[in-house]
Parts: sequence; structure tokens; C-alpha cells
Amino acid sequence: MRAPARVLVLFLLGLVLGLAFGAGSAASAEPELRGTGDLGVIIERASGRIQIVETSGMTALGSVDGLGDLSHASVVFSRDGRYAYVFGRDGGLSKIDLLARRLDARVVQGGNAIGGAISQDGGLVAVSNYEPGGVKVFDAGDLALVADIPAIIDGQPSKVVGLVDLPGQAFAFALYDAGEIWLADLSEPKAPKVRRYPGIGTLPYDGIGIDQGRYYLAGLFGEDGVALLDAWRPDAGVRRILDGYGKGEEPLPVYKMPHLEGVAVASGMLFLPAVGRHEVLVVDTRTWEEVARIPVAGQPVFTVARPDGRQIWVNFAHPDNATLQVIDVASLAVAHGFSPGKAVMHLEFTPKGDQVWISARDDDAVRVYDPHSFRLLKELPAEKPSGIFFTARAQRIGS
Amino acid sequence: MAYAGRVAALMVCALPAVALAAEPAGDRRQELVHLLRHDCGSCHGLTMKGGLGPPLLPEALAGKDDEMLIEAILDGRPGTPMPPWRPQLTESEAAWLVDVLRAGPPQ
Repeated sequence: MRAPARVLVLFLLGLVLGLAFGAGSAASAEPELRGTGDLGVIIERASGRIQIVETSGMTALGSVDGLGDLSHASVVFSRDGRYAYVFGRDGGLSKIDLLARRLDARVVQGGNAIGGAISQDGGLVAVSNYEPGGVKVFDAGDLALVADIPAIIDGQPSKVVGLVDLPGQAFAFALYDAGEIWLADLSEPKAPKVRRYPGIGTLPYDGIGIDQGRYYLAGLFGEDGVALLDAWRPDAGVRRILDGYGKGEEPLPVYKMPHLEGVAVASGMLFLPAVGRHEVLVVDTRTWEEVARIPVAGQPVFTVARPDGRQIWVNFAHPDNATLQVIDVASLAVAHGFSPGKAVMHLEFTPKGDQVWISARDDDAVRVYDPHSFRLLKELPAEKPSGIFFTARAQRIGS
Repeated sequence: MAYAGRVAALMVCALPAVALAAEPAGDRRQELVHLLRHDCGSCHGLTMKGGLGPPLLPEALAGKDDEMLIEAILDGRPGTPMPPWRPQLTESEAAWLVDVLRAGPPQ
């Protein structure tokens, strides 16, 4: 009896000491032994900071600051899920160690950036720029510059949007000012081979790779339609889908650009935000014909598929940005609507879809819901949160 | 509409006393700065350094007159993604926002 009691006391003493000395050095000590599959990052856009979170217990593990202007920041992950690459608006590219919870490397690679992608093999990080335009490609290890792909058409630099990774160490992106799609083969990283597709339409505002990276879509702002490139048939060129979907009606003023990130194929259909309209457009991915347009509460910003493809979750531009609607894919109708908070910026599902994390910027909160029962599971404080990104993205191609 | 707007905008510019008198109240000023940072900022950058939209820093606005800027805010810029903010802003509020921008990015 006595011996086990003594062991228990020693154990408790050890625990107390461990806590006392461990807590203060948690940020700088050796990374704790844990996996990365349930980790994620929340952007605190106005504070130049990210929070590192885990979804198993729905808690914040720590934060890393000093990341510059994080308005419109986005994140990709290393293939092992340990590092997050944060693309800031001010051209900053920051590599964060999610386990040690510290900044591992940082470069300011351009004057004004919009996003990026990581290559199929995880070795290259590409950043798209507004200023000076074009794409820069970095070594994912030390962030050394590997390749520079300026986007200059007839002497005019073009802003680059919708940069995604595609199979075969390729990246695709769209030139906002010039109205082109470019397919860049980085299989020889220092000598990128670029194929241009000019004349794809006016003012492409974003792009996404779907169907495991077979197709690249670029949404157009300057006209009603979406440009589609089949990477399996690169010689066939870019075709137009949803051409003239507004049917000549004047679009509403757009107070926030829609995003194509999170757009996914569900039951052979693609769900896209209509620009300047209170509609989600549904396209059959075999025929590329429009099959439905679903009336929604405002101008959609994100149309994100729940991982099982049964639902599409939609948030909206100002002034309808306190609303979220859920489209039922089986009936192609809005099945649920609610307000998760003020100024809903972004949402991210856990990989199997048991949770959805939603940022409510003007509530300074991230709320976690069960997307089956719509029950609120947890609320986490966050300063002006915008994007939420989970490490499962490391295993997906096309965004 | 556009003509009336321009006349009103001109009056606001021509008569600083009127603009001063119409300066938004404290609460509304906070809302407007919030709108500027976050809603304008989604295209022009949180720090107004520019993004899909052009920079709105003092040096970028130096060569542009108030009337043109107020009109761009209220009526948008056709052929670009800049939307008209008239549904959300009065003319004196737009004029006040131009003053705020000329003084440097709001904190």
C-alpha cells in the first residue's frame, strides 16, 4: 500500500513541476509529440497574426504574430501538415511551424500579393501578385526564389488571380487585366514552361482546379460566364460555360468579390456563385450545361461543399453577410438558413465533415457547428477573423 | 441622379463650413472607418495600399480632386468592380471619407 502511495506522490509532484516549468516554455520547447491531421490556422486579419487550432478538442493551441497585412490572406500546407505557408496582402510569404508554433521563415516577395499554391510534390510554393504582377516560385524549404514568371502582355503588367496547383508539377492562374489563363509546367523548376490561353474573357477574378485537377475554371467579372480549361486536353483550348447567364440583365453592384475556393463537384454537379446576382449556378460536369439556378439570400461569396457532397454552404457579400444558407444537393434548394454572427467571412469543414468552422469577423469570434444538426458546438475568441484553413488541404490538389 | 449628386458633392467641397457642419457623429464615424478598413479594404487593402482596386494612400490621391473621388465612391466606376456606395453613404459621409483617406490610412 505504502509503496504505491509514494509513487503516486512522486508522480503528482512530477506533474506539478512539469506543468510549472512546461507551461512557460511551451512555445519555444521541443514540439509536443502529436499528429498534424487535426490542425488548422485562423487568420486574424487586422492584427497580422494567426491562431493555430486543433479540431479534435476544438481549442486554440497558440498564435504567431508579426505576419504583416493579412487582409485577404490565404494558406497552404506542407505535405506533412507541419508547416503553414501564409500569403499576406503586403507580399509577405511566411512559413509557420505549427508544432513548434513559431515563424520558421519569411520573405516579402512582392509589393502586393493575392494568394498562392503549393506544388504537387510539396517542393515549390508559388505566389501570385497584383504588384508587380506575375507569379514567383519559391523553394518550400528555405523560401529561396526559384523562378519568376512575369505576366506582362503588350508591355502592360497584369495582376494575377486564381493560382492553383495541378498534377505534373503544374500551376494554373488567370491574368485579371489581360484576360488570359496560363498553364505553367514547373517540372524543371528553374526553367518553367508556360502555355498561354489568351482571350478567355473580361476580368477573370478567381480560379479553381476541380475534379482532382483535371479542370481549371476561371470566373469572369467583366461578363457573364466562366472559362474552362481541360488539362487533359490542353490543345483543345479554353471554352466558355454559363455563357451569358445573366441573360442581359444588369448585375447588381458587387460589394465583395465572389471566391471560387471551396467550390467542388458534388453528385456530378458544380455549384458556382453568380456575380452580381442572388443566385448559385449549378452546372452538370459531364455536359457543362446549366442545370439549375438556386435563389439565395444575397450575393454569394463562397459556395463550399460539405465533404460528403450532400450540402453546399453559402455565405454572402455585404449587406447580407450575417447570413449563411445551406443548399441541399439532392433537391437543389435552400434547406436551411441561419446567422452564425456578424460579417461571416469564411468557413472550413473538417476533413470528414463532422464540424464546420465559421469566422464572424465583427463578433471577433469563430464558431464551430455540427453541419448535420446545425448545433453550435464551440465558440473561440479571435480578433477580426477571416480565413480558416485546415491541414487536410495539404492532401488536396487544385487550390 | 448623377448630376444632382455631382452638384451636391460640389457644394460640399465648395463650402467647407457645410462639410464641417455635416461631419458624421462619433458613432457613425467609427462605423465609416470600419467600412473603409474592411469593406473598401477587401479590394483596396486593409492599409489602403491597393489590391484588385488601386491604392488609396494620400500620395495616390494627390492628383485627384475631391469631386471625382466623391463621385467614384457614390456612383462607382463603370467597367470596373468599383460599386456605387450611394445606398449606404450620404454625400457628406463620402466627402468625410475622402478627407480621412487624404490624411492617411485610418487606424
